[in-house]
Amino acid sequence: MTPLRRLLILVTAVLLLAGVGTGVVLHAASRAARESRPQAGGPSVSSGKVTLTQKGRLTFVNAAAGPQRTAVASVPSTDPEAGRTASGLKCVRFYAAAGTGICLQSVPGVLKQSNRALLLDADLRTLRTFPLAGTPSRARVSPSGRFVAWTVFVSGESYSSAFFSTRTSVLDTRTMKLTPSLETFSIALDGKPYKASDVNFWGVTFASDDDTFYATLNTANRTYLVRGSLSKRTVTTLVQNVECPSLSPDGTRVAFKKRVLSRTNLWHEYVLDLRTLHETALAERHSVDDQATWLDNDTVAYALPTDGKVGSTDLWTVPANGTGTPRLLIAGASSPAPL
Amino acid sequence: MYLADRSAPKEPLAGRGTTTTAVAPVVFALGAVSLITDISSEMVTAVLPLYLVTQLGFSPLGFGTLDGVYNGVSALVQLTGGHLADRVRNHKLIAGLGYGLSALCKPLLLLVTALGPLTTVLALERTGKGLRTAPRDAMISLSTPPERQGRAFGVHRAMDTTGAMLGPLAAFLILRAAVDGYDAVFGVSACVAALGVLVLVLFVPGPGKQREAVGSGKPPVRVGEALALLRLPRLRALAGCAAMLGLTTVSDAFVYLLLQRRAGIGEEWFPLLPLGTAAVFLLLAVPVGALADRIGRRGVFLAGHLGLLIAYALLLWTPATPALQYLVLALHGTFYAATDGVLPAAVGDIVPEQLRASGLAIVGTSQALARFCCSLAFGAAWTLWGDTRALAGSAVGLLCCAAVAGLVLRPTAGRPR
Repeated sequence: MTPLRRLLILVTAVLLLAGVGTGVVLHAASRAARESRPQAGGPSVSSGKVTLTQKGRLTFVNAAAGPQRTAVASVPSTDPEAGRTASGLKCVRFYAAAGTGICLQSVPGVLKQSNRALLLDADLRTLRTFPLAGTPSRARVSPSGRFVAWTVFVSGESYSSAFFSTRTSVLDTRTMKLTPSLETFSIALDGKPYKASDVNFWGVTFASDDDTFYATLNTANRTYLVRGSLSKRTVTTLVQNVECPSLSPDGTRVAFKKRVLSRTNLWHEYVLDLRTLHETALAERHSVDDQATWLDNDTVAYALPTDGKVGSTDLWTVPANGTGTPRLLIAGASSPAPL
Repeated sequence: MYLADRSAPKEPLAGRGTTTTAVAPVVFALGAVSLITDISSEMVTAVLPLYLVTQLGFSPLGFGTLDGVYNGVSALVQLTGGHLADRVRNHKLIAGLGYGLSALCKPLLLLVTALGPLTTVLALERTGKGLRTAPRDAMISLSTPPERQGRAFGVHRAMDTTGAMLGPLAAFLILRAAVDGYDAVFGVSACVAALGVLVLVLFVPGPGKQREAVGSGKPPVRVGEALALLRLPRLRALAGCAAMLGLTTVSDAFVYLLLQRRAGIGEEWFPLLPLGTAAVFLLLAVPVGALADRIGRRGVFLAGHLGLLIAYALLLWTPATPALQYLVLALHGTFYAATDGVLPAAVGDIVPEQLRASGLAIVGTSQALARFCCSLAFGAAWTLWGDTRALAGSAVGLLCCAAVAGLVLRPTAGRPR
């Protein structure tokens, strides 16, 4: 082949591939633009004021197409089908309790994704901003609103490297003292002091005493439910194979996801009685990969991927005692938090 | 007489020795292929965690099952790729298959959304990488006269690293243009990968020249012959030293983690630390490679490890200076510049042409496996003794290994390098 011919083929290929690449990007950009316009048949979403002190409402992150996509929105708890009121605040993950809110954001930068946590007051105004070390994953506020916890997923620089970790931080909103990583807490594993470099925590849930919390601890390929004390800076393992615990409002039970087949991402939702350590499987048969939320002492809500739509979830509920069937709560939504 | 002595090229091939400082066009062509391919694969790497967590809704542990899949596998594939390339006497073919396999995986990322298939696709992508490494380095080695190997590998590594730095930039620019446009990132990545394969096909010469040099009438290279390479004392020494030093080379992730803790760097800057290393590697790869050709590869290779040792010492000492992070990253980048291309350049001196890819794979694999073992051991030591003592242990180990390597690799009569 002559050099000229080679060059011709190269130039043609570059033009062709550049065309395809540009097309792909333009297609994605126009889809993004489409998703920021309301769709026929979608839920009605109106911009309005969302406050965290409105009793009887349920907040969530809106995923319905329209300008308020990914915005924190709320609906009446008794009528979740009603029109959504959406705020101007956009989050990847959100939670709120007693007038305190936490919003985890992920903003594209030039060199990297810029992630941050926003501490919010009852009017969703930002009180403080915290830079995050990785991709937002879980967020929780204690029932009193005093403590806030979030988990991010820190990745290595290459997907072939054996390096991944989670980082869970706890913030005392009264003193603004931040515990950057729960990994500094002392661990009692099966009653014995435990230290390891591969410890990871995620999915904190707070009790109403503003000291006790529950979380997932992962080490040596095992996951544990731990009970922790914020004042003593300790955690103690309770049972194995428990992830993303969520404490019931009465503080007696924990809803969690349990890996049902090792080495796969297949989880079923269970409820653990903290007194008897008895587990009850819930009626949801789909794999649940979310930190569930108790709407009341009898009902658990969680997100499931929307059928046939990557990047969107629906909120479902199921009775906490293992009976009944799952019911669709809100289509196109995630991060539920009852006010 | 060592078998290695017979391998020393008798005379430069036509077109290769006309100018004294030029790097063979093949090296630039392969460098361009690596640059383009690295843009493609680093685009995916940069957004993959974000895609898995925010789009597919995987939890951290779901992603955790992804890692560890490739450890060891990639290193063993490298051996296979090296041997196959020698066996079929067609380095371009095997390297092309490797690049092609990785390129094919990119559009597949658009189709799979479950963790199992996704893991398979990523494992195939890494298999492609393992397959192409040894034949590619063999092509660089075979196209360059012995006295300019260091520079040639330096040029290649600098181009490769440029691609690695451009990839994330491209990915995040796409995500800014199209919100949640992960499919666009994968699509563009596929186009870029295809371009890389095309450049390889068009501009990297096939085995014609090589056949002439190696002799096409000979029977195919057997596994036994490749294994017999281990009987070459100098290759054994080099592979042994690479493994020994690899055992005390703390993996990048740990270095960045320690640096972040010691220098008090904000967590949000953590993803940018590898860029610091890469920038220094990029700047120094060519001059240090050329220096290795002039003053001897052994010296530069050992000096690189000395740089790493100083970086360890700085992390242990933690002087209260704002320059700490820059110094450590500069030393870390220098370490890569002085070792990553210099090691294969040194292999080129020892291994006969018809077994070049196998020889490169043997040394590369022993280093990769040793580094993997070091990762595991360092993690365990960190757990048992804490990070300071684990790092101190690695530093002492590195010092001892470097001293032994200095002795083992010392020049023998008649072979000044």
